[in-house]
Amino acid sequence: MIEIEGMDVGVPKFAIGIDLGTTNCALAATPLDVKDAEPVSFPVPQVIAPSEVKSEGLLPSFLYLPAREELPRGALALPWAPMSRVAVGRFARDHGAGSPVRLIHSAKSWLSHAGVDRRGDILPWGAPEDVPKISPLDASARYLEHIRAAWDEAHPEAPLDEQEVVLTVPASFDAIARELTVEAAMQAGLPGSLRLLEEPQAALYAWLADRGSSWRKEVKVGDTLLVVDVGGGTTDFSLIAVRQSDDGTLHLERVAVGQHILLGGDNMDLALAHTVKARLASEGTALDDWQMRALTHACRVGKEALLADPDLAEWPLVIAGRGSRLIGGTVRTALQRAEVDRVLLEGFLPFVDASARPQQRRRMGLQTLGLPYATDAGITRHLAAFLGREGLDRVDPAHSFVHPSAVLFNGGVTRSDTVRQRLLSIITGWIEAEGGAAPTVLEGVHPDQAVSRGGAYYAHARSSGGVRIKGGTARSYYVGVEQAGLAVPGLEPDVDALCIAPFGMEEGSEVELPEPFGLYVGEPVAFRFFGSGERQADAVGAVLAPEALDELAPIEITLTADEDSPGGVVPVHLHARVTEVGTLELSAVEDGTGRRWKLSFNVRVE
Amino acid sequence: MQTQTLGFGARLALALTLPWRVLFDGRIAALVAQAAAGGPLALSAEPSPAPAAPEPPQALPEVVAEVAGPDYTSAMQVLAILQRDGRFIDFLHEDVAQFSDAEIGAAARVVHAGCKRALDEYVTIEPVRPEADGARITLAPGFNATQHRLTGNVVGEPPYTGELAHPGWRITRLSLPTLSPGHDATVVAPAEVEL
Repeated sequence: MIEIEGMDVGVPKFAIGIDLGTTNCALAATPLDVKDAEPVSFPVPQVIAPSEVKSEGLLPSFLYLPAREELPRGALALPWAPMSRVAVGRFARDHGAGSPVRLIHSAKSWLSHAGVDRRGDILPWGAPEDVPKISPLDASARYLEHIRAAWDEAHPEAPLDEQEVVLTVPASFDAIARELTVEAAMQAGLPGSLRLLEEPQAALYAWLADRGSSWRKEVKVGDTLLVVDVGGGTTDFSLIAVRQSDDGTLHLERVAVGQHILLGGDNMDLALAHTVKARLASEGTALDDWQMRALTHACRVGKEALLADPDLAEWPLVIAGRGSRLIGGTVRTALQRAEVDRVLLEGFLPFVDASARPQQRRRMGLQTLGLPYATDAGITRHLAAFLGREGLDRVDPAHSFVHPSAVLFNGGVTRSDTVRQRLLSIITGWIEAEGGAAPTVLEGVHPDQAVSRGGAYYAHARSSGGVRIKGGTARSYYVGVEQAGLAVPGLEPDVDALCIAPFGMEEGSEVELPEPFGLYVGEPVAFRFFGSGERQADAVGAVLAPEALDELAPIEITLTADEDSPGGVVPVHLHARVTEVGTLELSAVEDGTGRRWKLSFNVRVE
Repeated sequence: MQTQTLGFGARLALALTLPWRVLFDGRIAALVAQAAAGGPLALSAEPSPAPAAPEPPQALPEVVAEVAGPDYTSAMQVLAILQRDGRFIDFLHEDVAQFSDAEIGAAARVVHAGCKRALDEYVTIEPVRPEADGARITLAPGFNATQHRLTGNVVGEPPYTGELAHPGWRITRLSLPTLSPGHDATVVAPAEVEL
């Protein structure tokens, strides 16, 4: 904040939460000078058809790169960018469905996919040579830039880069995906004072905002809250414990987060559409690609209608032909309740035991590098694996898994009562089988907007005080170090994984790896780098075999030669620090002098 | 070069597109400035810089829509929205006589669902009268004659008492997407070409 001649320049006026979602983005804001103000969603102007701009509560996370003469000049004009040549939002999504080679979607999933070069120009994935491509990082930056520009246009007196901004990320994002998200945010012109917040925590903040001070009456010390977040493209679980502070007040602590699961409502719509398409094909009606898209859309509407009304037996599906002849070319069928029950409930939300685990289909031989979608669509099996994970505090040693005392549902799929009831009855069944009590449901959050609203609430709480969820790093991290031993020709030396950052490190804290290293000046050094969401007990310096861990992108460092160290070996210790923003920063610190070199993640893939 | 005058339609089209072109094409802006200052008009005499790409040779004949009168842009926009979301124009333009009721019914679902969604999105329409069809209502002296139409045995002075045959509709909110300047609203549905 700078003060010039008594005028406040850059004093933040709003607490802002931005949800950068896989399929939709949203922004919510609340004025900082009002106590307990409710976060309000900000409608984002976007192109909805050529030359038509409309403000909507959600900005679909889609980017369309038109061919040079595909659209008339000015068709993609925005109030703040009359010369815009790309489309972001609803038109990009709707039009791009018909021209998928020019459509970028799921950029966020690509941003967390270690198998590709996330800074490389690879999207749209698999598009032909002459289609311009951009990186997952740039695509994410474009969505954020659109939101920033929209906000600035509407609030010239309070530009976004001067506000208190919280950007949400999936709890399952690893250190590298978080770092890339922050990089995209900086590229988009978000403020350097930005903070990251995990989405399930944001949803819980939205619930806290809705409840006000009465939340303390709805939960008690010792409770464990389960957040089930099933969005369009991803599923995310978190456990949050209710604990007592030394001064006797309640506080919340996020104790576990699930794996990154690429599975969500879009998969359900597609599964239903393929079921109907196969039935139509068996009756002799073939659908073309264009009709298939219309069918997928119709199935989404039908799914929501059938899930909302248990008395409906079927929902009519009518797929119009594409030409101007509407009546003759229309295909007519219905989405049967039995199909929804079989495909959606049995396929995605099967009744399974608490001991069930997702099936890991062994991937054979050649595999394309596309997004690593979940091989098992059974969300309940993923949930059972999460609650039954080794190392979680189960409170009672007789329990074979964590018994949550309350459940908070978030994400578009959980708008449906049937889906919520189904998930709740499955969890209740597991708990009652071990003699526990059924969990309650934390009601009142808007599944589409909870994350951005919760982000705004958190930004407000940070600056003016309010209940906070204690979290820290959601994973533990490890560096790979070669074991000393006789070299055997043709064999890679064995690697030990040393824990460099334990689970639950708080913002601003720093740890040092006791193991000393000698780094050669001027020579690039690379370490293998690993993470785990399941090993919460490992302390700094713990040594284990890397097979139990997920390998992330390698970390690199080159010590530059200078007057103090013209060459030779510099003795260093490795440090890990969690920044105020919420990213993990690794550095090498020279023994004695304390000089510091930052290690960087190398996301390039050869 | 002879000075020619343009018809109203062409003038309208020019008036809609010119500001846009002036804003983003320095050459056009210079020419317009020149013309406005009373200088010689030289739109065709000006040797244009070599274009990067050749113009497509088989350009469609220019159709100048006869859309005169007040600004009808939003009316055209509504038709475009109903066609886009609900295939409204396709439906009305088809000859329904040759199809069975079941076939027409199937297509009507597409039109109904799409047009309803569009209508709900952009317009809020409420009944003028809250009462149900068939209710007995009384209109006091000085009642709003725009909102009510009387039929039947209209004699004497108000108050009038009668049966509500239709509760009426009125728009309480209308918000259409903003159109960018220069957009040709006469194209309510572009031709679609699958490559």
